[in-house]
Amino acid sequence: MTDLSLSNQAIAGKTAPPAEARRLRLPTQWLGVTPFFVFAIMFLILPTLYLMLGAFQNDAGEFTFENIAALAQPSIVAAYWISIKVSLASALIGAFAGLAIAIAIVRGGLPDWIRSATLTFSGVASNFAGVPLAFAFLATLGRLGLATVILNTVFGLNIYAHGFNILSFWGLTLTYVYFQIPLMVVIITPAIDGLKKEWGEAAATLGATTAQYWRMVVIPVIWPSFLGTVILLFANAFGAIATAYALTGSSLNIVPILLYAQIRGDVLHNAHLGYAIAFGMIVITGLANVFYIWFRTRSERWLK
Amino acid sequence: MKSGRFWAWVVFALGAAYFFIPLIATVEFSMRMRRGAYSFDAYQIVLGDERFQATFMYSVVAAIFTIILGVLIVVPAAYWIRLRLPQIRPVVEFITLLPLVIPAIVIVFGYIRMYGSNSPLPFLASDTGTNALLVIGYATLALPYMYRAVDTGLRTIDVRTLTEAAQILGAGWGTIITRVILPNVLIAVLSGAFLTFAIVIGEFTMASLLNRPAFGPYLQNIGANRAYEPAALAIIAFAITWGCMSLIQILSRFAPKSANRPN
Repeated sequence: MTDLSLSNQAIAGKTAPPAEARRLRLPTQWLGVTPFFVFAIMFLILPTLYLMLGAFQNDAGEFTFENIAALAQPSIVAAYWISIKVSLASALIGAFAGLAIAIAIVRGGLPDWIRSATLTFSGVASNFAGVPLAFAFLATLGRLGLATVILNTVFGLNIYAHGFNILSFWGLTLTYVYFQIPLMVVIITPAIDGLKKEWGEAAATLGATTAQYWRMVVIPVIWPSFLGTVILLFANAFGAIATAYALTGSSLNIVPILLYAQIRGDVLHNAHLGYAIAFGMIVITGLANVFYIWFRTRSERWLK
Repeated sequence: MKSGRFWAWVVFALGAAYFFIPLIATVEFSMRMRRGAYSFDAYQIVLGDERFQATFMYSVVAAIFTIILGVLIVVPAAYWIRLRLPQIRPVVEFITLLPLVIPAIVIVFGYIRMYGSNSPLPFLASDTGTNALLVIGYATLALPYMYRAVDTGLRTIDVRTLTEAAQILGAGWGTIITRVILPNVLIAVLSGAFLTFAIVIGEFTMASLLNRPAFGPYLQNIGANRAYEPAALAIIAFAITWGCMSLIQILSRFAPKSANRPN
């Protein structure tokens, strides 16, 4: 942690002073990046800051912690909790399954076409989210879905009688995994490719068994990118709304759906509470990404 | 490693089952509309639906404007950073990652509050303004992908030499960007464009909260009210995503040709 913060300071130190000096000398220097910064400030940074400030203001515009405190009411806490659970469960399942698939296609000795087909398909599936994904899972695991019907008629297993429901925590998690696994495969495959053959040979020369090679070389090297990607998957699921909304309507009250209802109709009867919910979401995904960047910096040390 | 290969096959088969069963189920479900026989009725109804055509065209147009806006913002910035301002690269990269940190619903919530009818910049006061705001919102969603695609493209060419050569021949900045740099990174820009298209075409959150008649809200509406059409729409949407990704792959095969000419 310390060396990272140091390097960040170093970067910051390097960027700031010359920028000042050059702006005085030659303002045209900034011409090419002006549209980008104007756009980013107006449509990305200011709207977000506006909400974040609004979270700490009351209707009269005075500073207050009331909105943040009001997040503690049971329905909102429950919404955050179920969102965190779904995001975490889908991120972990997606990460382990994706890692297994990536290892299988890179190191498993499968034919080459399987590797390229898997990577192509992963590119597609990681972008196949939103409303259509919900439709696909309703057609599969809904009450009349193909998998539900086949399990019932062929195997005599009525999953709905056993408490399964697509409009539930596990239903939503299973659906999210459909874009989480491919995302993991796409991100982690280069990391596994980056494991140098020489390391395996060096380990073997020193007399390591396969298990030792994995435990003492592979896992420590992959670990940071793996954890980093888990966090990225978490943030990815946490902000998603379209799939959940199309799948469950508002029967599963995750945070984005609560915020959606609040924006549409002020269901919480307090405009600034909406800001506070948005603020909470930014804090959670923001923290997740800070960890992601930290882990990625660590992993790049080895994989370059 | 015999057992290793066996387990690799097991993992691959399980993964393939998880990913293909929903697709097969959706295809099967979408063809169940006519009682007792498989048919393409659901597809016919969907494709013949006026609202499908209208909302789909709306989203296609929105995607095209998003791509144009994204290119206008990203290409000059990425080019300039490579040429003159490498020291601000970390700042710009951080900003381009922000849309992955800030959920789309929060960004659009900010727009609604900041650019409402009574604000100094009342985007939401008119239809045209709201459409523009939707395109702007989409451009922020696509920013991380567009920037990365263009930056990767620029990495493969010698920006400085090309620029100096063009300057010696008397080209102005406009000419340099449109006639020298852009053609060289065209493949990368197109990859970013198709990815943007795939993201934008079925986007629900922003379009719905800005009350735009886009494809995503239409999908959601059909899903809430119909039985078989949603499955047909899911297959159509999957085909569109697949098409975009295939085009990116095909394009990437052409990419090295331009990259290997650093002269």
